[in-house]
Amino acid sequence: MARTTEPLWWLLFSVGGVVAAILVPVHLFVHALAVPLGWIPMSQASMAALVAHPLVKLYLFVLIALPLYHWAHRFRFVLEDLGLHGLRTLLAVLCYGAAIVGTVVTAWVLLAA
Amino acid sequence: MSRETITLEVTRYAAGQDREPRLESFTVPYQEDWVVLDALNYIKDQVDGSLSFRWSCRMGVCGSCGMMVNGVPRLTCAAFLRDHRPGPIRVEPLANFPVIRDLVISMDDFMDKLRRVKPWIIRDAERPVAEGEYRQSPAQLDAFKQFSMCINCVLCYAACPVYGIEPLFLGPAATALAHRYNMDSRDEGYRFRAPVIADSVGVWECTFIGECSVVCPKGVDPAAAIQRSKLASATDWARSVLMPWGGRGGDR
Amino acid sequence: MAAPTPPRPGLYYPKLPATWWLKRPGYVRFMLREITSVFIAIFLVVLLVQIRRAGQGPEAWAALLGTLASPGWIVFHVVALAFAIYHSITWFQATGVVQVVRLGERTLPAALVVGGAFAGWIVASAVILAFFVARG
Repeated sequence: MARTTEPLWWLLFSVGGVVAAILVPVHLFVHALAVPLGWIPMSQASMAALVAHPLVKLYLFVLIALPLYHWAHRFRFVLEDLGLHGLRTLLAVLCYGAAIVGTVVTAWVLLAA
Repeated sequence: MSRETITLEVTRYAAGQDREPRLESFTVPYQEDWVVLDALNYIKDQVDGSLSFRWSCRMGVCGSCGMMVNGVPRLTCAAFLRDHRPGPIRVEPLANFPVIRDLVISMDDFMDKLRRVKPWIIRDAERPVAEGEYRQSPAQLDAFKQFSMCINCVLCYAACPVYGIEPLFLGPAATALAHRYNMDSRDEGYRFRAPVIADSVGVWECTFIGECSVVCPKGVDPAAAIQRSKLASATDWARSVLMPWGGRGGDR
Repeated sequence: MAAPTPPRPGLYYPKLPATWWLKRPGYVRFMLREITSVFIAIFLVVLLVQIRRAGQGPEAWAALLGTLASPGWIVFHVVALAFAIYHSITWFQATGVVQVVRLGERTLPAALVVGGAFAGWIVASAVILAFFVARG
């Protein structure tokens, strides 16, 4: 049945898309706008204490790693649709490969935090 | 008495005469109730009998008269001149298909894909006539009726850039019709259609642009059929990977 | 399964131009929807850097926040937020198309599925925002 791995990437794309849709806007607002602009105070110690918690690490892993597969799948098809269809195998390897590397780096950063 | 007129710019192409299609201008009478198809028939009857195009029912049920009207795939029997004033109106053959002559395209590829999805009721065993008819509740009919409205006009293929980029892509209408039979309670043929759907150029090329459903003149919503087929196919795949000992291959 | 048919002589085979996506508003909206994923991915990398800096002392943390507070980055993230919201909106609308929810014989109207997803999004966002506001 597994004549193609497309379903795997589509499922990862879908899950990543759901995570991104529900969680990214509020986290973007908090971490990239509110905290730097001082609207929500967040000291280094406060952030470090937060990410030390194992459940928080798990949450952050889901938040960061899964949407990477969403990006990889969408970006690969955008490049194909823009005329690079002939390079589809290479594009798939580069995009999904980047997502996998990103997943490993995310896990490493979170475990070390 | 001077009659109001409108200009049509129509694609002309004839193998042997033209290396590539060109636009030819025609001035036709403007009538409030005329559609583009009426204008084309006027040209063929009164101006240039060599203009070639397909048409039949002129009321939006046969699917023959699909063409690009100002860059949009339309049934020309449903595209009113009054909605395209002051013109000129550009009439071209449906995009993404090979052009045989003027506005006539080759539908061979679509017909081939249609055959491949086996668009008919498939049963393990036919019920004998004595046992009576197959009964369907209104809810069971609702499950597939929308997708049965397809008239094979292939406007959806003309609207789909993926089909333009990847000619092997199964495409909107063929997938919608596969889905129509998969969702029919009388059908038991899901497992025969599944390999065609699950192929890498089955549903997986689709990036849910959605223009196919926008241009469909019968409200079939082939984009929905494709996305639901993706979900079904991905579920099958996940089951086959996580439970390889599984029973019958593929259920609705 | 799928084999390319050889081109027939005499037929004209059109080629889709690389600028196809500029030809219709629906295509442009599609492209915008797809590149939301790029902005989301960039923000998530920024977030990962932020998490790393949190473990590297107060000076590193303050330096990063200073950079993120610069006009260039603020403008980028405001744009990114707009794209992220556009992703959410288009995603929940798509959910109504893909996910058919059946209750016995009846099917839930798509608008209800979409509405439920939107409601979940609002509630989750409010809870998370409240958490960070209360914590600070």
